[in-house]
Amino acid sequence: MEKKINLVTAGQLRNDIPEFHVGDTISVSVNVFEGDKERIQIFKGIVMGIKGGGISKTFRVRKISNGVGVERIFPINSPRIAKIEISKHGSVRRAKLYYLRNLTGKAATKIKEKKRTAKVLEDILPVTDPVTPKAETVEVNEEAAVS
Amino acid sequence: MIGILGKKIGMTTIFESNGNMVPCTVIEAGPCYVTQIKNKTKDGYNAVQIGFEDKKEKNSSKPVIGIFKKINTPVQRYIREIRDHSSEELKAGDVIKVDIFKEGDNVKVTGISKGKGFQGVVKRHGFAGGVRTHGQSDRERAPGSIGGSSYPSRVFKGQRMAGRMGNERITVRNLKVMKVFSDSNLILIKGAVPGAKTGLVEIYKN
Repeated sequence: MEKKINLVTAGQLRNDIPEFHVGDTISVSVNVFEGDKERIQIFKGIVMGIKGGGISKTFRVRKISNGVGVERIFPINSPRIAKIEISKHGSVRRAKLYYLRNLTGKAATKIKEKKRTAKVLEDILPVTDPVTPKAETVEVNEEAAVS
Repeated sequence: MIGILGKKIGMTTIFESNGNMVPCTVIEAGPCYVTQIKNKTKDGYNAVQIGFEDKKEKNSSKPVIGIFKKINTPVQRYIREIRDHSSEELKAGDVIKVDIFKEGDNVKVTGISKGKGFQGVVKRHGFAGGVRTHGQSDRERAPGSIGGSSYPSRVFKGQRMAGRMGNERITVRNLKVMKVFSDSNLILIKGAVPGAKTGLVEIYKN
C-alpha cells in the first residue's frame, strides 16, 4: 500500500536540493507570485527542525527580521523553492531548536559552527564559497591539537 | 462507461504546477470485468454488472466461479451493479480500466464509512451539549429535551438520539480527478473519500 502511494509521488520528489541539517544556516530562494509577475525572494536563517518524510517532508527556518523573530515552514519538495544555499554548518545537540525562540540578541542568531574536514565541505559547498578556506584553517588547528 | 470499482489505498499530497500542495486520496481502480448487461426488456432496468479484484478460485463458491467461467476471466471478489444511463455498447467479458477517467474530471465516490460504534448526540448529530459551568454537573454532553410532556406523551419517530454511528453507505460528490496512472491502475482524487484503507469504493462520473 505504502509502495503504491510512493509510486504516485515519485515523480514529484526533488533530488536537486542539497542535503542540510538542523542548525545549518541556509538561504532559501522562493518563487513569489505577485499578480502575474514572478520574482525570487530569499529567506535566510537557521534551520530549526526537519519534519515528516517523503513528499510531505518540511523544514522550518527562523530568522530575526528587524528585531522580530520570523519563522517559515517550507515543504522541501515544493516547486516554489528555486534553490537552497547552505552558508554555515551548525553544531547542535537537539533535533528541534525551539529554544532559539527564548533567546534574544546575538545569542538568538548564533550557533556554534560545525568543525568539518575540508573534504566533506568540498562535497557540500561550491568551490567558490568563501567559507571553505576558513574551514580549512579550522581543520589544520584540529590536526595540530590531535598531534 | 460511467463508473468503476476500486480499493482505497490511502492519502498523500501532491504539488500543483503553481506550487500549491493538494491533499489527495490514492485509489486502485480496476481492472473491472463486465459480468452481465441488464436491460429493460429482460430485467426491468438498465444496468451493467461488474466484478473487481482477483480472487483465488479455491476460495470461491461454485456459483461465483460459474459467473466468471461464462465470461472467461479470473474470479473477482466484488460484484456490483452500475445503473447505466448511457447507451454505450458494452458486452459481458469487457474490461473497464481506470483510463475511463482523465485529469480534471468531476467524479462522485461512494464507500462504506468507518464504523464509530455507539456514539452520543454531540458526536453523532452535532448537538451543542449543555453548558460546562454555572453549577452543571452531568449535562455537558446531554441531548437536552426530547419532546413534550403530557402531550404528545411519546417521543416522535426520528428523534435524534445516541446510537450506532458510521459504517453506512456515503457518497461524496464533486471530487476532482488530479491524476490517472493507467499503467498501475491508480487514480488520484482531490480530498478525502469515505471508508477505511483497503475499503471498496465506487467511482462514478458526476
